[in-house]
Amino acid sequence: MDNNKTAYERLALIRLKERPTVRDYIPLIFTDFYEMHGDRYFGDDGAIIGGIARLHGRPVTVIAEVKGRDINENKKCNFAMPHPEGYRKAMRLAKQAEKFNRPVICFIDTPGAYPGVAAEERGQGEAIARSIADFMTLRTPVISVILGEGGSGGALALGVCDELAMLENAIYSVISPRGFASILWKDATREEEASNIMRITAEDLVELGVAETIIEEPLGGAHNDLDKISENIKEYLSNKISEKCQKDIDVLLKERYTKFRKIGDFME
Amino acid sequence: MLEDIFNVVKKRFNDDEDKSAVEKPSLKCPRCQSTITLERYEELRSVCPNCNYHGRISAKERIEITVDKDSFVEYDADMISCNPIDFPEYEEKQQALREATGLRDAVITGEAKIKGSPVVIGVMDSRYMMASMGSVVGEKITRAFERASEKKLPVIMFTASGGARMQEGIVSLMQMAKTSGAVKLHSDKGGLYITVLTDPTTGGVTASFASLGDIIIAEPKVLVGFAGRRVVEGTIKQRLPDDFQLAEFMQDKGFVDMIVERKKMRSTLSHLLKLHGYTADTEVQNG
Repeated sequence: MDNNKTAYERLALIRLKERPTVRDYIPLIFTDFYEMHGDRYFGDDGAIIGGIARLHGRPVTVIAEVKGRDINENKKCNFAMPHPEGYRKAMRLAKQAEKFNRPVICFIDTPGAYPGVAAEERGQGEAIARSIADFMTLRTPVISVILGEGGSGGALALGVCDELAMLENAIYSVISPRGFASILWKDATREEEASNIMRITAEDLVELGVAETIIEEPLGGAHNDLDKISENIKEYLSNKISEKCQKDIDVLLKERYTKFRKIGDFME
Repeated sequence: MLEDIFNVVKKRFNDDEDKSAVEKPSLKCPRCQSTITLERYEELRSVCPNCNYHGRISAKERIEITVDKDSFVEYDADMISCNPIDFPEYEEKQQALREATGLRDAVITGEAKIKGSPVVIGVMDSRYMMASMGSVVGEKITRAFERASEKKLPVIMFTASGGARMQEGIVSLMQMAKTSGAVKLHSDKGGLYITVLTDPTTGGVTASFASLGDIIIAEPKVLVGFAGRRVVEGTIKQRLPDDFQLAEFMQDKGFVDMIVERKKMRSTLSHLLKLHGYTADTEVQNG
């Protein structure tokens, strides 16, 4: 692994337009992917896709934040910034997975939940909160993988899981480094400095107890060898899903709760 | 980050009959811009007499006006935050705030009685780093729900927050999962949870435990939202209407059950608790 890159260099790398998106990975990791649409209340959000597929023959539910590869795709997926109906679609599919005993695989790749008028009117906060709470007790294994950007609550909504993996150059942060600089120093141009102190790299997140696994990327980044990175993700998921499916569900849920329960740095 | 705190301004009252002008400390309502003397504002428990905006009050005052006299027993009073991402000067900033506010972090939790009904209560205080949620807020709220579940008590949370505590980085984001998980377990065991949204409830707190109450109450004219108003304005490149993200707007959109004035809050909560069977003789179960 190439651990010498700074957080800011990784940020630049995951923002490359050559960076693969979940649409590139799905056909290489799964077979029989059937995409399902809509939250059954309002509409179909383009920023979160979901459906049923097979992973090494095993039926699984796939839920993913999707970035566009060009301007037309980005218009459709709103630059991977979900509206509330996206999270509600995700939860609908997750509950369906629970009903039919399918493990859930979430792919995270978002700058954050969309901060717009319609999103507020339809309860962006409520949609994220509900997603977090319901994933915590979802009675089927859940594995999340951060492919590129894990931005804030918009990422966490798909990040309450039994195990979190990050691609080697992926980041996960409470807010974008630019937003961080803007709030704390009133100066968005200090993005580089912010990214380097926020502790947002995969190594940082493992050290902080937030992520469990780092998935190795080909030299120079995932875009340099799509087949190889897809194989790495597939291998990780296959092992992990088999492992989690063998566990008693009540034990798994207890461990899932404890994983988050113990994060915090305080004294008394 | 959030614009609407009462700015204390000194206004000269020119009395035509009495030429000896007196100076009284006054404030300006962030909602209707009318001026009110500090003395009158305090008498009204920080409610604007002109537009009924319910202003911010300290956690201490909130507890005083909500629960039965001498019934409050605080949980985890000594808990303080460390510095999980070694953010420069975070400890110093907190030390200064502790001295200035007498608080140890942005939430006070504990057990109390409301007209005899026992409850677990949490109150956030916006004077402490805009009541942002870091490790201490997350841990105290989580423990409050866990204890309430054990003792079969209802929970009442008075929320106020600018969102996640930036200085704690990703660790603060994880507090959303931790608190929401605790709410969910409490709820799945049949426990009642009433949220009272106070000014301002935004960001990661809106996107976690504040939106998960069985009953969601808001005080009049308070700000409730996920994304900050300026961020949304930046997205749409135009000014938003004044009522955007106010409690009344959120009720209209379906996210708030009731809007309750501060002076009626205690009796409303008491009635709701009793409607759920939590009466004065509800036995508190230890263990």
